[in-house]
Amino acid sequence: MPGPYELLLLPFVEYGFMRRALVACFGLAIGCGPVGVFLILRRMSLVGDAMSHAVLPGAALAFLLFGFSLTAMTVGGFLVGLAVALLAGSVTRLTPLREDASFAALFLISLALGVTLVSVQGSSVDLMHLLFGAILAVDDPALVLVASIASFSVLTLAVIYRALVIECLDPGFLRSVHGHGARYHFLFLVLVVLNLVAGFQSLGTLMTVGLMMLPAAAARFWTAGIGPMLVFSACAAFACGYVGLLVSYHASLPSGPAIILTAGGLYAVSVVFGRHGGLLASYMRAPHYQR
Amino acid sequence: MRAHAASIRIDNLTVAYDRHPAVHHLCGAFEAGSMTAIVGPNGAGKSSLLKAMVGLLRPAEGRVDVTGALMHDIAYLPQQAELDRQFPICVADTVAMGFWRRSGAFGAITPAMRAASLEALDAVGLRGFESRLIGTLSVGQFQRVLFARVMVQDAPVILLDEPFNAIDTRTTDDLLALVHRWSGERRTIVAVLHDLDQVRRHFPETLLISRELIGWGATGDTLTTDNLQRARRMSEAWDEHAPLCDVAQVQA
Repeated sequence: MPGPYELLLLPFVEYGFMRRALVACFGLAIGCGPVGVFLILRRMSLVGDAMSHAVLPGAALAFLLFGFSLTAMTVGGFLVGLAVALLAGSVTRLTPLREDASFAALFLISLALGVTLVSVQGSSVDLMHLLFGAILAVDDPALVLVASIASFSVLTLAVIYRALVIECLDPGFLRSVHGHGARYHFLFLVLVVLNLVAGFQSLGTLMTVGLMMLPAAAARFWTAGIGPMLVFSACAAFACGYVGLLVSYHASLPSGPAIILTAGGLYAVSVVFGRHGGLLASYMRAPHYQR
Repeated sequence: MRAHAASIRIDNLTVAYDRHPAVHHLCGAFEAGSMTAIVGPNGAGKSSLLKAMVGLLRPAEGRVDVTGALMHDIAYLPQQAELDRQFPICVADTVAMGFWRRSGAFGAITPAMRAASLEALDAVGLRGFESRLIGTLSVGQFQRVLFARVMVQDAPVILLDEPFNAIDTRTTDDLLALVHRWSGERRTIVAVLHDLDQVRRHFPETLLISRELIGWGATGDTLTTDNLQRARRMSEAWDEHAPLCDVAQVQA
């Protein structure tokens, strides 16, 4: 019977690839967790998913031109993701079409383009890698990329925090004081795309969305106030990464999905037991005050 | 006390949706320090007028000129704030949003501003509510919070769009007292209202519109039976095939 040390720490002590994977999870959690909270607060939860598909043609094009180069694919994915985000954002601002509809339209076009590019040349194995990643094969450049994006993301959020919160809460007010809400919203969309491509090699873009949204959704059930939600979301995302890696190691499961399933478990537990609006809390009758 | 009061001139203003006018060739002025009620039937263009005044709608014709202040120095309380009431933010932070013109996106919310927010909450009768989440407030309490936000905006011009809808008498009285206090500070007040008794009791000036201008001046002279009947008649149905308006060409 293995003790807690063998269960919880030994895999990381023994294997370099496990340590790298853990560091990658740390970076992704710091970056994606808070971004996910704002996506939820802005009721854009599905936009993350849309964007993860939208970056595909960029990465595919880069793959066709430069082969399997992480840098090229990251830059390509980022540029195309950015283009989709800016176009969809502009369509939303300038026409009566709502944000979800314009994002849906553009990501579908982008996805179809990507699939076309991949099928013209290249094999489906590479595509799978792109969508689902391989966290146990993270190398140094990938770690540096994840860490840089996480740092940039957190710093940017700190700088635009007030404007972003007001733009999420009461965009009409920001317009009435000429607060340039669109500027901050676009900057936030840039952060979303950046964090998605950060997860390219480690989790793949699809699984990165999981790390972005699930801990953030769980945070809503445990915390009141935006600050605590941001912290909870980042910490929970990292905890899910750690637990997920252990599960994948001990049960010989693919690591990316194991991490996201762990996050899914956390989400399910939060929905049932969460202090703020969890199912149990709303069905139990707590004693009430006199006034 | 404010040293400078601001006035707003409306010059041949037309605001249109799909080229159909909601406000049609409106001319007049809200004088500095005046307190005006805008009255008219539903669809008369009252809200559209306010939105054009604060720059949220682009006039189809004509212009709005603000003298003594910048357009974004106007405090505007919309009829239905697009505000997400489930948003996890506390009352004090919501009120502090009013400091945007001074703090901007990056400036500090100083201790003095924090104190002013608490003072504003005190003034709207919400002392002790500062750390409550906005989702836990009643409609009336939340309207008080929005009034506190208007208060810290410290604006020379304040536009209120049906501020007392679905608000009980006591809250209405409290908030009306606040509006009088602002007026006493030489701020220019414009409020869209439906309760004519309320308008007669509290607002010296009235603008009566029904797409077109019906009357604008002292409340007693404007809210006559004759004018009110004209306003009701003019709020006719939407005409998909209305001919193009040529008032502009005639005037030019």
